[in-house]
Amino acid sequence: MSILLSVQGVTKSFGGLQALSKVTFDLPEGQILGLIGPNGAGKTTLFNVVNGVYPPDEGRVIFRDQDVTDAKTYQHAKMGMARTHQIVQPLNELTVRENVEVGACFGRENQNLRHAAEIAEEVLEFLGLHNRIDQLAGSLNVAQKKRLEMARALAARPYLLLLDEVLAGLNPSEIANMVETVRKICEQGITIIMIEHVMHAVMNVSDRIIVLDYGEQIAEGTPAEIAVNEKVIEAYLGDPKLAQRLMEQDNK
Amino acid sequence: MKNLRIHLGLLAPLLVVTAMILWPIITGNVSSREIVFTILKAIALASSLNILLGYTGYVSFGHIVFYGFGGYVGLYFVNEQGWSIWLGMLVGGIAAGMLAFLLGKAILRLRGAYFALATIGINEAMKAFINNFELFGGPIGMTINFSVYRDYGGAAQALSMSFYIMAVLTFTALIASHLVRLSKFGLGLQAIRENEDAAEVMGVVAPNAKTWAYVLSAIIPGMVGVLFFFKNGNVEPHVAFPLHSSIELLVMVMLGGQGTVLGPVLGALAYQGMRGYLVTSNFFKDIQLSVSGVLLLLIVLFIPAGAIGWLRHRVPVLRRVLA
Amino acid sequence: MQQINLLLTSLPDGILLGFVYGLAAMGLTLIWGVMNVINLSHGPIIALGMFGTFFIFIRMGINPYIGLLFIAILGLIMGVFIYFVAVHRVINAPHLSSLLATFSVNMIIIGLGTAALTTSPYNVDFNVGSFRLGSTTILGTRLVAAVIAILFTGGLYIFLYRTRPGKFIRAVTNNRAAAELMGIPSTRILALSFGLGTMLAAVSGALIATFFPFNILSGGGYELKSFVIGVLGGLGNPIGALVGGLILGVLEGIIPAFMETSWVPVIEFGLFVVILLVRPQGIFGAKK
Repeated sequence: MSILLSVQGVTKSFGGLQALSKVTFDLPEGQILGLIGPNGAGKTTLFNVVNGVYPPDEGRVIFRDQDVTDAKTYQHAKMGMARTHQIVQPLNELTVRENVEVGACFGRENQNLRHAAEIAEEVLEFLGLHNRIDQLAGSLNVAQKKRLEMARALAARPYLLLLDEVLAGLNPSEIANMVETVRKICEQGITIIMIEHVMHAVMNVSDRIIVLDYGEQIAEGTPAEIAVNEKVIEAYLGDPKLAQRLMEQDNK
Repeated sequence: MKNLRIHLGLLAPLLVVTAMILWPIITGNVSSREIVFTILKAIALASSLNILLGYTGYVSFGHIVFYGFGGYVGLYFVNEQGWSIWLGMLVGGIAAGMLAFLLGKAILRLRGAYFALATIGINEAMKAFINNFELFGGPIGMTINFSVYRDYGGAAQALSMSFYIMAVLTFTALIASHLVRLSKFGLGLQAIRENEDAAEVMGVVAPNAKTWAYVLSAIIPGMVGVLFFFKNGNVEPHVAFPLHSSIELLVMVMLGGQGTVLGPVLGALAYQGMRGYLVTSNFFKDIQLSVSGVLLLLIVLFIPAGAIGWLRHRVPVLRRVLA
Repeated sequence: MQQINLLLTSLPDGILLGFVYGLAAMGLTLIWGVMNVINLSHGPIIALGMFGTFFIFIRMGINPYIGLLFIAILGLIMGVFIYFVAVHRVINAPHLSSLLATFSVNMIIIGLGTAALTTSPYNVDFNVGSFRLGSTTILGTRLVAAVIAILFTGGLYIFLYRTRPGKFIRAVTNNRAAAELMGIPSTRILALSFGLGTMLAAVSGALIATFFPFNILSGGGYELKSFVIGVLGGLGNPIGALVGGLILGVLEGIIPAFMETSWVPVIEFGLFVVILLVRPQGIFGAKK
């Protein structure tokens, strides 16, 4: 099992705010990595650094044995990295089909328009957006826009897919649907990192999980290990001893 | 069949322009030929600007700099070096394209109003520079030797030839605009227009794509400049780089509908037609600029997508035809 | 030696003029700072200010410096009017819309102005004497104009920092959405800001008219200078505009000592583009 992505000591701060500090992990090919942590923990910042939106202050990012730390986002895309955005970024005045064609045309495979159109059909079918194919992207609802983001990313036929909260705002049946989709994508051989707040889903689908809190990597392991990790519970719920102490006080 | 259908969008613009070209040819009227020349020139310039403005979403307020610069360079070679008008136009187009290439990498980093301001600055700097550039005649500019026209059978003959060249340039601009729109390159440009950061994340190499769009949108204006100054017989700095003409081009593109092939055609036709009417009308001629201003304001405030955009939203069936 | 003499004669004039340029640019940059709109009707407003001086002084015989008050008030009202008619609807639209909206106002004013006033030059022969500074003669009108420009700048600062509406303007500049959530009536504040920007343009025009001939098209050149100054000083930074104006004035004073005057605009606009590229936030930083 070879290492697809290696993040080495990545540190990033904005003004006085330490968004990431010495984040380090290796991601083997074919896995799904869950990235969790409270709001403001630096998850999206990590995506932005991995994807080249901005370079880290320190540390390196190695993708497919190449140092991509200082590469531009479009260079990442050409090398086979695709992502979705937490806040959806549809190309509003283009149709759903054209949006997906952009992904296929300019992504890793650099397809020509004719093949891109075929890929768009196929990907939109897979994500259940086929009946919207000639609609303007701006006219979709949020759940559909999230799927459009995934469709564009998939159309690039990436090696690595970064999913930023694709489940947020979806209802339970939509979530189940999407989790199933994510699993299928992984079965196609695409490695995935997903940022997620919907715990049961991410626990369910991930091979491994990394927990960030205030930019620190506080835990890493299988979902089962993370579920019982004290630091994680503390980060999410506050002091784990707190509840116990409160109960003791009540008894006095 | 399918291959033909994707070119349907070019049909309406070509028909409109062909009809305009035939009008003076059939009537044999020289003054209507001059009117059509002016409209064709506006269509060619507006369609070129549309590649940058409509497809890529960058507002160039100083686009006329390519017309002026290309025109000056071309006319210099035609007039002072004895080159043919064909070579002169070629050189003018190349010069304008190269200027865009050099500028593009630098100023296309700027976004929104900053880019618009930079283009104004470049136009004004260029105008002031040419004003001091002795090789191009400084503030006096250049006047064509009448002997130049002799190669084309005299001045009258050269004027009529200019009309046909203008027609060819206009068709070229429209076909280029159409092909860009249908191409993968054009898809990338439209992605940049909608959301540049997202486009880059999807792999669109925005700095290069923008630069090439800028170059493409500069070449035909450069050639039109050479032709127009050749036909006019002279060129001066303030005739070559009029800032208000740049803005008129924006108005035309916006009037017809940005990002479409037909839009700039209709916009240019409507704008020039309206100006022609206002200038000659007894009632409006003194305040024609104000009337144009009021109309522009109404369009900006109430139908910002332009005529084509408005129609496409109202009548979705037309989306395929009104490309 | 000759160059130094030339420098000594043209530099003080350049500096005094620089304050007036700065005042004009302040109007442009205030509007940009508050609402991210580049006001392309800036030039014609300057020209209207010039004609204001002409009518008040030549036709009505009122001292132009007293007339400034009328011009300021009219400029304010006109700006508020332009804001509601042309700008308010496109305030959140893409830049092209607001640029073209203000340009249409430009066309309307120029069109009506040309019809009513023609484009032949006007002159306000106003004289408050002159004095010698070393080897140079300085016109009193220019000195007074510079002093008035400084007074207006000071007034603007007191307004922005000491009064309630001024503080509202700064709040809207900083973050319009947040200001609205705090209950600041943003529409009225935007209209007021546009009015103030227009007022400054009109006043600067009124001052320029006391020493230069002009016509309805004369504002265009000052509008372009205002762009240069605004970018020099940082778009949206009024004090930067004054300093930028001084820099431009000094440049215009110095350059003719070394090369032909016709090179001045080449250098000005070249500098403008370079600054946009290298330091788009301006020498002193944008919005404060």
